[in-house]
Formats: sequence, structure tokens, C-alpha cells
Amino acid sequence: MTDANWIDAALTAARPQAVGALLRYFRNLDVAEEAFQEACVKALKNWTKNGPPRDPTAWLIFVGRNSAIDVVRRQAKQQPLPPEEVLSDLEDNETAIAEKIDGADYRDDILRLLFICCHPDLPATQQIPLALRIVSGLSVKQIAKAFLVGESAMEQRITRAKGRIAAGEIPFETPDPIERAERLAAVAAMVYLIFNEGYSAAANEQQARIPLCEEAIRLIRLLLRMYPTEPEIMGLAALLLLQNARSAARFDAKGEVVLLEDQDRKLWNREMINEGLALIDKAMRHRQPGPYQIQSAIAALHARAQTADATDWIEIDLLYGALERMMPSPVITLNRAVAVAKVRGPAAALTLIEPLEERLSGYFHYFGVKGGLLMKIGRNGEAREAFNRAIALANTAAEAAHIRMHLDSLSKK
Amino acid sequence: MLYAILCYNDEDVVGAWTKEEDDEVMTRLAAVQEKLTKQGRLGPVARLMPTTAATTLRKSGNEPIVIDGPFAETKEQFLGFYVVDCASLDEALDISRELSIANPGTGSYEIRPISIFRPGQTTS
Repeated sequence: MTDANWIDAALTAARPQAVGALLRYFRNLDVAEEAFQEACVKALKNWTKNGPPRDPTAWLIFVGRNSAIDVVRRQAKQQPLPPEEVLSDLEDNETAIAEKIDGADYRDDILRLLFICCHPDLPATQQIPLALRIVSGLSVKQIAKAFLVGESAMEQRITRAKGRIAAGEIPFETPDPIERAERLAAVAAMVYLIFNEGYSAAANEQQARIPLCEEAIRLIRLLLRMYPTEPEIMGLAALLLLQNARSAARFDAKGEVVLLEDQDRKLWNREMINEGLALIDKAMRHRQPGPYQIQSAIAALHARAQTADATDWIEIDLLYGALERMMPSPVITLNRAVAVAKVRGPAAALTLIEPLEERLSGYFHYFGVKGGLLMKIGRNGEAREAFNRAIALANTAAEAAHIRMHLDSLSKK
Repeated sequence: MLYAILCYNDEDVVGAWTKEEDDEVMTRLAAVQEKLTKQGRLGPVARLMPTTAATTLRKSGNEPIVIDGPFAETKEQFLGFYVVDCASLDEALDISRELSIANPGTGSYEIRPISIFRPGQTTS
């Protein structure tokens, strides 16, 4: 690892806290980002020569803040003065900064930074790139690559999102406990979105989108460090790790989807699984179940099974039942049907999902599962019909190819 | 004498390494370890999971308290350790220097002479 490598890692690690603190001082995202950039440039020069400072984050906040104050003052000479509350905040002396950095409010800074990216006016397609740019510090080029769009299109998307945020109110007052819990829930949901954006990619796109999964895991670890006693944050962290552990086994050499039960479990990443299992154990001890914990408990049962046949489907069925009660959704019922088919047979699973058909009429997986169940009980004509609808609704070529395999096996009967 | 070399670093920084950077550091550290192994001086080595996976049981009165995470919140976290056989503190410092060259940047090594050592053995 060269100097540039470790400095880069140190800057990336400091970024959420430093940009969050600078945003609190200057109350303007662009100013905060520029101040941080400026501090990074100085760090590259200074740290290479003198080694890392004792507290790199505090160093970056201090240097960034000073350089931005200069800019604000210079602009103030040419432009009318900014509002009083902005200026008054700049007059703090050095000791006050040190106190603020050591204090607990850095958590609120980072949470605020993540939370403004979850602005309800922003669609997910803008929230995720914005968070990756501002919080993770990925370059526009990297983000564009992960989203499989051109660089200028992504630049535009991020600029538009920033414009919307600048036009709205950024909540700067210290949140009360309820607001804090709400912000944390919104931010956790966004982290899950980032992960899924990477995880749902097809095989040929997977390489480009892996960074999204890695960033999501880094962000959830950051949240967990900030809120080490939140069982749902532990649950989400466990869920992301347990799912990500399977990535090497999810596609075959031809890029076709390999279902969970057919995956080569030796390809699963044991290190990630062990960390996920450790986290879910910690979470359960709190006895405050939530949707992320239940989903990760299901993933943990898969991870713990040495072979597909050893899977504890009875427990998985029960967990899906609990999840259904907590947040009723036809998609969850559909997932539960897979467990029900294993425990009580395909006919029982079919009875469970048939009432969902109207609501899931545009959902590929519904017809895939339905066709599979019909095939198992020998209603081949209806199975073929369901598979054909699934192919029409497939999102990727790999999904369609997988269903065609079933159709082929039907026509051999 | 046996020394424990305790590794401390900011886990946010270590977590920001790319997979390639992490692999590269591990390869270079493995080279240092191999040399020590050949000399018959290397005991157990461990890299610990992030502190987010940790739980603390704090003794207190009759009923110990269980806490999420490590007990103390510090800027650098305890992330792993080596057990090495050295004739003197200087030798232990030399090994630590080699480790720091293999893994440059932030962090520190605490060199602690070992008082009682039982290497043990797990069966799984």
C-alpha cells in the first residue's frame, strides 16, 4: 500500500463525519463539500510529508472550516452579507470546535447528512447516487458506471437532486429522540436500497455493480458504530452480510441464475456469514423483533444449513408468518409459499398464493413460483400457461432463460 | 520470552480499504509471518471482526451487565494480535517495525510481554 492508498482510505473514512460537521457550520451542501475537498488537497500534501495527524477527522474539519471561512469572507466583500445566523456560526473559536468534535453530536451530523439524501421529494434513482456522492465520496464516474449510465447523465441527476435539497429545508436543529428514530429508519431503508441496487443486477452487470453492495455494507457498519444498541440496525447489517456472502454462487459460468437450493455452498463467503450470524445473535438478545431482524434470521437459517436438504423450512415458514403480520405484503406471502411448499406440499402453497394473483398480475416471480408449484402437482397445462406469463414479465434475459428451462422440461413429459 | 503484539487501528479506515488493498496488506503481512514461522518464533495470530460484532460482559455486583460493542469507545480499536518469541524488547520492536512497513499509515502496535501462555486447542 502506497502513501496515496492509506491517505485515500483515511479520507474516505473521515468523510461522513467531516462533511457532516462542515454542513452544520456552513448550512450549505456545496460549501461543505468544497471545504472538504480543499482540506483533502492539503492533507495529501501535508500527511505525505509529516505522517497522519493524531485525529485525521478533526484535522480535516478544522482545515476545511478555515479555508471555507476565507471563501465566504471573500464573497461577502463582493456580495451582500449572508443571513446573520450563518455568519454568527463562523465566529466560534478553536476550543469550541475541539469540544464539538469530541462531543456526541457528530452522530447527528452524519445522520443528518444521510437523512437529507432521503428527502421525500427525491426519487430513489436520485437518493442513491446523491448518498454515494456526498456520504461515500464515490466519483460521478464510479457512480455512473454502477448505474450503467453515462457520466454526464449522472452528473445531471446529482445536480438536480442537490437543487431540490437546496430549495427545501434542511433540518439543522438537534433532533429529538422520535425524530432521530425516524431519520434512522429512513436512512436504513436507503442503505437497503443501495444494496439491492447492486444485488439485483444480472450476471453481466454484476461486476460493475458490486461496489454498490460494498458501499451499502460500509454505510451500515457506520450506522452500527453510531448506534451500537439498535437491534434493527444489527438486523439489517446481518441481512446485507448474509446475502452478500452468497454472491459468488448466484450465477453459473454462462451467467444464468443459480437458485439458492442449487448453489454450491462452498462458494459462500464464510467470513461474512460468521459476522452476520454474530450480529443476528446480538440483535435477538434485545427481544425487540423487527422486519430486518426477521429477514436476517431467515437468511441465517439458509446460511447455517450445510446442504439445501438440511434447511429448517418449518422455522422459515414461521418467520415469514411473523413478517407477514408485521408488514403484510403479497410479495412476503409469495416468499412464504416457497417454505410452505417444502413443509406442507405444493398444493397447500398454491392455495396460499392464488388469492394474490390480482395484486401480483405484473410480477415475474409470482408466475414463476405458480408455474413451479403447478408443475410439481402435475397440472402441466396450467404450469405452461403460468411460465409463459412469467417469460413475458421477465426483467432480465437470465430470468427468462431460467423459466424456459422449466418449459423445456415440461415439453419432454 | 513471549510477547503479544497487539494491533490497534481506526476500523473505519481499515473498513475503507478496497478488497484489493486489503488482500495486498494481508499478503505482505503473511510474508513477515512466514519468516517468523520458519524461525520457529510465531505463536497464535488472529484478526478480529469489527467491534460492531462485539459484545461486552461487564462484571458488576451480583448480575453482570451485557453491553453491545466494546466497553470503551476509543478512536483506535483493538483489531488483532500476534504472539512471538523474542530474546529482547528490541527484537519485538523490530518485528513490529516490519509489520508497520507491511501495513503503513495509521494505527499502532502495543508490545506486551506475556505472563502466562496456554496455546490450547479447539476441536472444530
